[in-house]
Amino acid sequence: MLKIENLHAGVDGKQILNGISLTVNPGELHAIMGRNGSGKSTLANVITGRDNYEVTSGSVTYNGIDLLDMSPEDRALSGVFMSFQYPVVIPGVNNTYFLRAALNAKLKHQGLKEINAADFMRLIREKLKLVNMDEKYLSRAVNDGFSGGEKKRNEILQMLTLEPALSILDETDSGLDIDALKIVAEGVNNFRNSERSFVAITHYQRLLDYMKPDHIHVLIDGKIVKSGDMTLAHQLEEKGYSWLES
Amino acid sequence: MDKNQQIIDSAISQEYEYGFTTDIEQETIPPGLNEDVIRLISSKKDEPEWLLDWRLKAYNQWLKMDEPNWSKLNYPNIDFQAISYYAAPKEKEKLKSLDEVDPELLDTYNKLGIPLEEQKMLANVAVDAVFDSVSVTTTFKEELEKHGVIFCSFSEAVHSHPDIIKKYLGSVVPTTDNYFAALNSAVFSDGSFVYIPKGVRCPMELSTYFRINAANTGQFERTLIIADEGSHVSYLEGCTAPMRDENQLHAAVVELVAHQDAEIKYSTVQNWYPGDPKTGKGGIYNFVTKRGTCLEVNSKISWTQVETGSALTWKYPSCILKGDNSIGEFYSVALSNNFQQADTGTKMIHLGKNTKSTIISKGISAGRGQNTYRGGVKIMKGAENARNYSQCDSILIGGECGAHTFPYIDVRNPSAQMEHEASTSRIGEDQLFYCNQRGISTEDAVSMIVNGFCKEVFNELPMEFAVEAQKLMEVSLEGAVG
Repeated sequence: MLKIENLHAGVDGKQILNGISLTVNPGELHAIMGRNGSGKSTLANVITGRDNYEVTSGSVTYNGIDLLDMSPEDRALSGVFMSFQYPVVIPGVNNTYFLRAALNAKLKHQGLKEINAADFMRLIREKLKLVNMDEKYLSRAVNDGFSGGEKKRNEILQMLTLEPALSILDETDSGLDIDALKIVAEGVNNFRNSERSFVAITHYQRLLDYMKPDHIHVLIDGKIVKSGDMTLAHQLEEKGYSWLES
Repeated sequence: MDKNQQIIDSAISQEYEYGFTTDIEQETIPPGLNEDVIRLISSKKDEPEWLLDWRLKAYNQWLKMDEPNWSKLNYPNIDFQAISYYAAPKEKEKLKSLDEVDPELLDTYNKLGIPLEEQKMLANVAVDAVFDSVSVTTTFKEELEKHGVIFCSFSEAVHSHPDIIKKYLGSVVPTTDNYFAALNSAVFSDGSFVYIPKGVRCPMELSTYFRINAANTGQFERTLIIADEGSHVSYLEGCTAPMRDENQLHAAVVELVAHQDAEIKYSTVQNWYPGDPKTGKGGIYNFVTKRGTCLEVNSKISWTQVETGSALTWKYPSCILKGDNSIGEFYSVALSNNFQQADTGTKMIHLGKNTKSTIISKGISAGRGQNTYRGGVKIMKGAENARNYSQCDSILIGGECGAHTFPYIDVRNPSAQMEHEASTSRIGEDQLFYCNQRGISTEDAVSMIVNGFCKEVFNELPMEFAVEAQKLMEVSLEGAVG
């Protein structure tokens, strides 16, 4: 699904990723852990194609296609989704309208018929239940006046609606209380199947307790210094990151 | 933003959709302005003596006035002697019905999306079509007459309803009001006249469609709307012009009078040719004076404007709230893209008790556009318990444009309640990336964000035109991301 090889990249001339290699197979959930500034979010931004992020060497392929050669919207349309660490507010743009525009962009890309308003409402009501969100959020502007937890749930709602093949969850647990965390994790868990892949970026083990990743990678100074299973997450929770530093 | 920049550059070559010219035999008087020209215009319209005198008085006042220079607009001096003050399609005989309108003209309006044949029109909109200096036709006239509503061209009203014209002409915007109003009073050629009798709710939207066609010609129309006691009317004007390398002057005057319990809703979708997007050459200079008086108790005047065209816009639709409990509203979207400059806003003058005004202004600057909001709220001594709410928001697209806000407040009664909110934001890279990441293209994202920004104002437009305005916004903004 996703294959990253010896990726070197940076932002605004500052080198941040120093040779990352990672393979995510269909159906797998990989967790990337690390301190602030270790390059976690840079990795997410490079995969999704944010401007100003520059790849100096290495490659990222998605189902065998060079992802780095594609525009951000083409990456999204081909099934790469990111749940934002800081979801963006778009004043005046109705949440329902935004989500339907996104879904229709995808349907159109796949050569399918666009969804009409009535069918979309039926669909979205189902999805709302999965993340325990009230219907009133639909009539509000995108992320406008949402609490931190509401914004993150809204991201997961978008994921469930757009049904991406690869989801990058960038610190989806930050700013969530324990109840919201459970809801978000359940939303992701119910969405998992043998074809969908996930990369979850996080500081803490908490989220992983609910999500049960297949692989855990520790990122320090833009490099994966250790990979393992859930026991690695527990070790990190106990000992911190310093024992992994050379 | 390299990729976005490319999208912009390719889209910026988008052409102004209404830039064609109509090849029609026209009668145009030679450029220049003097008393003889005014006499000529007046005689062409077969006007009564009093109106000619009124024009000449205005002209002599204009001669003593100076062109205003307090706005943020930057433009070379206008040579008023280089402009022709009258142009009209040649008529063979007096028109009796639409069948006699030159097919070339009908075709022009069809191309503009304003079919003048009643059966083809939006069922609920009556149109007065003004082509350069004259009104071509007014639709649904008979239907309106059944309700006592008078909707006709200004020149026609001078003959058919001279008493009303005489009573109200210049009563809201006096000839001495400002430089461009004085000029208009001297040379105005046509425009629309509306009278809604007592207690009548006008059964359809009234609309005037202004088209400038002739080269080197100014358009100076005059609109007068009277809503008698307890009546209600919604009026909309639309404007387009061909692409020409020379700047063309448009200086209109609009006067509204609302009597007791009456309500006038006046909407504008202005899409004059904005000039060449790459060089800024050409485009309309739009100097307009619009003002309404809420003359008696419980009256209401509401201005809604969507200003996307013109090279220059100088326009401040205002309300004089004379009657107690009267209400004034101003909802505005002004867009300045490429080389466009807009200096627009409103004045709310509170004279009566418990008067209320609302100002919602949305300025959008893109390309090298400069957008200025200029507003004045005046609470006079006798205006007990007056209230004003003002909100002016600006949005910037790209790094070469500008937004300016000049809200003036003058309160002379301590019971006044004033609220003012303002914001300036930039369409952020983060917003665009967020949309891109959801599969929405940059172009679609910009129009989505801008339409969201303008929503409060678009909601005020009559239904049929809200969609138009939204589309127009998309076209005007194409390629504006930078």
